[in-house]
Amino acid sequence: MAYQSDGMVEKSGASRWISHAIMILGVLFIFFPIWLAFVASTVTQADIVRPPMPVLPGPHFWENYKAALFSGVNVPVSVMLGNSLIMALGIAIGKIAISLLSAFAIVYFKFPGRKFFFWAIFITLMLPVEVRIVPTFEVVAGFGMLNTYQGLILPLIASATATFLFRQFFLTIPDELAEAARVDGARPMRFFWDIVVPMSRTNIAALFVILFIYGWNQYLWPLLITTDPSMNTIVMGIKQMFPSGDDTANWPVIMATSILAMIPPVVVVISMQKLFIRGLVDSEK
Amino acid sequence: MEKRVTFKGWLLPVALIAPQALISLIFFFYPAAQAVWQSLFIPDPFGLSSQFVGLGNFEFLLKDPYYRSSFVTTAIFSTLVTLAAMIPALFLAVVADRLIKGAGAYRTMLIWPYAVAPAVAGVLWLFMFNPRVGVVAWYLGQLGYDWNHVLNDGEAMGLVVAASAWGRISYNFLFFFAGLQAIPKSLIEAAAIDGARFWKRFFTIVLPLLSPTTFFLLVVNVVYAFFETFGVIHTITSGGPQQATTILVYKVFSDGFVGQDLGSSSAQSVILLVVVGLLTIIQFKFVEKKVHY
Repeated sequence: MAYQSDGMVEKSGASRWISHAIMILGVLFIFFPIWLAFVASTVTQADIVRPPMPVLPGPHFWENYKAALFSGVNVPVSVMLGNSLIMALGIAIGKIAISLLSAFAIVYFKFPGRKFFFWAIFITLMLPVEVRIVPTFEVVAGFGMLNTYQGLILPLIASATATFLFRQFFLTIPDELAEAARVDGARPMRFFWDIVVPMSRTNIAALFVILFIYGWNQYLWPLLITTDPSMNTIVMGIKQMFPSGDDTANWPVIMATSILAMIPPVVVVISMQKLFIRGLVDSEK
Repeated sequence: MEKRVTFKGWLLPVALIAPQALISLIFFFYPAAQAVWQSLFIPDPFGLSSQFVGLGNFEFLLKDPYYRSSFVTTAIFSTLVTLAAMIPALFLAVVADRLIKGAGAYRTMLIWPYAVAPAVAGVLWLFMFNPRVGVVAWYLGQLGYDWNHVLNDGEAMGLVVAASAWGRISYNFLFFFAGLQAIPKSLIEAAAIDGARFWKRFFTIVLPLLSPTTFFLLVVNVVYAFFETFGVIHTITSGGPQQATTILVYKVFSDGFVGQDLGSSSAQSVILLVVVGLLTIIQFKFVEKKVHY
């Protein structure tokens, strides 16, 4: 009976083709802006400033991407890519590391102030960087961390979500394991490294995918604290490539940069789709 | 829920929690407290001293027509973004759910724009609608419509809404699709046998069963529109024309950094803190309900 649904709920024939047609249109619509950006990154400025621009890629792919990567507008895009990579990895690894440690402390110890710390971490959820822009900037400036990687990374790595996720998971680890470790006289950190971390592998990987994208796509924070173009990240650096006056923007190079800015997070999502979906669902719970 | 088996000692756990606690204290709590404190003062133009004004900054803000209109702009913007991101996603998810073969492939093709940063989405849409070189703007011109979001308020709003909602469709699709797949097919078949047409089945069975997902996405999308669309607005309109697209978060930024009006910017931060607090509570109330199901 299970496959009765094929005939009964999903009408066969015409209606199925209509469904496919709708899905294909949806996919094309989603793809369209990216396709245009790609085409623009393979033609010359002259092709673009006399609209309509071509709809098929031109022969200037290498030229534009070389120009973007090695000269850019304010700074070579390769430099911005490097900065973004450091920032995204720093944020993802940093958040995971400090959250694993604090979740371990909260779940496996009874110590004075445990509840207090738990709620303090929870409240950071309500303090996104967007609402404490100016004072956070002042703190970072006070530490002399403007235009540094620490300044880009540290203020973003506290993570209530990751801590709760790990706490939730640790609570499902059978008590017998901790009991056995204790009877064997294993130190807590030994238990942490040998049992807890290996068991959390999948959660760590899923979270890593989400947090890498989160870090890579940061815009406001790098915009505030990197005044030196050589510290710009690629996502915030694109806007800086537009001329301020009436000059025409260098569209082929800007569009090549946009494509380059998308590639790393998109590759991460597609290549780790299962982990990505799991991470997305977990981190919203 | 608590562990029965725990380790002894307090020095180690405190040390383990210290990195997270210190970062939260230095970069979260202290700046937030600072925002509350600064919101009670007006600094003199040279930043040498400041005068205590109590709730003066708030009073001024609530009377300020620009701030009020920013509230309205935010309400319109987030409503439109939420609708534009959710309705197409629901529609596509319903269609994909009807397909027995190929739904997975469509999902793969639809999810990856999630990875495109809002700021990059902004640049892509700006390029399509640029009044001088944009392809879509050019074709609109051929049809006799003179597109210029640099001058026209409504067009500027439409463009930032479209660019903000675009990448978000993927995210919503993923959750709607998962929600639909979880609805037992037997229920729908039963209704089909009873002669209920597709749309009737959709509104009387599918949509009610999907309501936890819908409500969850509603909250998440509003939060997104409020706080994560800064990049889109900064790249496309910079809040213009004449503040037509200045949402609250953008105004905190432009008053605090561009306008250097510290007292007002801090007061705005405090108001936003209250908004985030409320949204977080709503989100958690709902999550609790989901757990009890």
